[in-house]
Amino acid sequence: MIIGQRQRCRSILSGHSASKIDSLRSKVELLKLPLTLSSKSISERKAQLGATTERSRGGAGVHKPRPTAPDMDNESQYSGYSYKSSHSRSSRKHRDRRDRHRSKSRDGSSRGDKSVTIHAPGEPLLDAESTRGDDRDDNWGETTTVVTGTSEHSVSNEDLTRASKELEDSSPLECRRFAGPILSGILGLFALLTPLAFLLLPQLLWRDSLEPCGTPCEGLYVSLAFKLLVLLISSWALFFRPSRATLPRFFVFRCLLMALVFLFVASYWLFYGVRVLEPRERDYRGIVGYAVSLVDALLFIQYLALVLLEVRHLRPAFCLKVVRTTDGASRFYNVGHLSIQRAAVWVLDHYYTDFTVYNPALLNLPKSILSKKMSGFKVYSLGEENSTNNSTGQSRAMIAAAARRRDNSHNEYYYEEAEMERRIRKRKARLVVAVEEAFTHIKRLQEDEAASSPKHPREVMDPREAAQAIFAPMARAMQKYLRTTRQQPYHSMESIIAHLQFCITHNMTPKAFLERYLSPGPTMQYQRENGRGRQWTLVSEEPVTSALRQGQVFSLRRLDFALVVTVTPLPFLNLGEEFIDPKSHKFVMRLQSETSV
Amino acid sequence: MSYIPGQPVSVVVQRIEIQKLRDGDNLILGFSIGGGIDQDSNQNPFSEDKTDKGIYVTRVSKGGPAEVAGLRIGDKIMQVNGWDMTMVTHDQARKKLTKKNEDVVRLLVTRRSLEDVVRQSMMQQPTH
Repeated sequence: MIIGQRQRCRSILSGHSASKIDSLRSKVELLKLPLTLSSKSISERKAQLGATTERSRGGAGVHKPRPTAPDMDNESQYSGYSYKSSHSRSSRKHRDRRDRHRSKSRDGSSRGDKSVTIHAPGEPLLDAESTRGDDRDDNWGETTTVVTGTSEHSVSNEDLTRASKELEDSSPLECRRFAGPILSGILGLFALLTPLAFLLLPQLLWRDSLEPCGTPCEGLYVSLAFKLLVLLISSWALFFRPSRATLPRFFVFRCLLMALVFLFVASYWLFYGVRVLEPRERDYRGIVGYAVSLVDALLFIQYLALVLLEVRHLRPAFCLKVVRTTDGASRFYNVGHLSIQRAAVWVLDHYYTDFTVYNPALLNLPKSILSKKMSGFKVYSLGEENSTNNSTGQSRAMIAAAARRRDNSHNEYYYEEAEMERRIRKRKARLVVAVEEAFTHIKRLQEDEAASSPKHPREVMDPREAAQAIFAPMARAMQKYLRTTRQQPYHSMESIIAHLQFCITHNMTPKAFLERYLSPGPTMQYQRENGRGRQWTLVSEEPVTSALRQGQVFSLRRLDFALVVTVTPLPFLNLGEEFIDPKSHKFVMRLQSETSV
Repeated sequence: MSYIPGQPVSVVVQRIEIQKLRDGDNLILGFSIGGGIDQDSNQNPFSEDKTDKGIYVTRVSKGGPAEVAGLRIGDKIMQVNGWDMTMVTHDQARKKLTKKNEDVVRLLVTRRSLEDVVRQSMMQQPTH
């Protein structure tokens, strides 16, 4: 009970700096309450407090709509932050999901860790493993010591978030993915059709009173057509190619550029409307020149887009160190100026090809080594009053005793490793020999042989049958080897036969066939389905659209492991010059030995 | 002690006979040599002519067989047991001195003071 109390206080304490005084005030008031076991009374009082603090805070921390005043007594109210930590007893995923929702609705503020999701395309919102059922878990409150009561008529905040979350989840993610390109597509089309409209409108509306315009106009027409073609192609290349990842926040540069384009086109239309359409301008060459100038401006915006989106991040400026949390595999990469989310996508691209596949079976020390450490001393307390003091005394005694005891587990680790290595080498030797032998059983049939050997009717097989024929002698050795190196979940018999067939077709040697199994390959090698995307979560302390800076750390989380990325700037290089005359390479003998006899 | 290539060298030499001392499995003479045709003769502190690539005695251990026999530091070794030492490599010289089946080495050494002594005595001589 006391724990619940403390957590409530702590939750209120973790408020915004703007409302720190208020939060302190509320903490003081809460402590004045009698410490009773009645949960309802606490929630009631808290509700009253919450009402007052909410009003005084001016809604700085409040994002959920509050029901009307008469209902406030009966319902549980949460401030924006206590809501988060008062559910600390519930599953952490519960809280994380609420965090995600809240961070989406609140742009630009950074407080503590935020987790945003990067969805690769085609992925359903939640993995099968994540407990979607928790949303429906009404019983989480049963395990807590303080249960906040709600009356039947009120809608608690929990229900509200649950409802809005369901609303969000029900509209599939694909809609959001296409919203951006569709918007920019409309804008781009509009921008491209504008010059044509500029040219056509006078022709349609007041054709007779236009001055005829000779060869300069034709030249301008040709250049206009060509520039429009270039614009079309480059805007497709820059903006409309299908992207490989969905980013959690807007792509800042793209938004800026779209805004710029919109601004340009709008201002051009404005001037056109005022100067050309209204007074029915008769100088057609001027109108054509106006349209060409718009196209030129759009081309320059394209150029700017090219530099911002494609070129700026090619020149290396930062060095990213990527470490996998489970087994410490690390790499260093050089990137240019990117935002955090784009850098995350870049890192993931390279992760799939550079890092060896994550094999959870290879991680732990064998149990036989670790278990020996655990056998400690049993300490009995003889019923003293000050139990807290005794426990610290006990633990200290145990730690000291464990330190004094000679620990031989490193010995066992060493021998176990050596034994494991020997075993792997033995199996590998058997496998290599078996495969070599198996490959000698078949050979490729040359075309002339088929015609000129009627005496020896050999059975002619296609690659699949040949693979199946020679798989049998090597199957056992292969299986034992895979089991020793803990790779057997990655290679099924079917996949091995398919690979064998592939190697036979391409005239590969046994060694080439085995390269896939002898060393663990990058994760790309084991991708089974191509359509399903991969879900990664980007965890960062700063807003993910901010640019990379020295000392930033962000991590990309998957369900069972994470990649931690550290940013360091590349050092500035001071390159000097030294000229060496080729004739200056001269040598002398330097021997001066002295031998005692 | 300078030599002109192609002309015979004439110096005043002293015969020194050193008995090798048995020290366990080794036979030691008790001095160190330096020089040789494969060495840098400019760094030789004992030679007058820095182009002289002969074998010189660089150190004599106190109380050893060499000191007892009269070898001094800075001596140039001309012959060892009949083998020439004026045009040999450092390693060849070492091998000639440390042959395991020989108990005694007979050296012909020369030094500056010998020349001076002989010249002095020759200068005193013509009065007769």
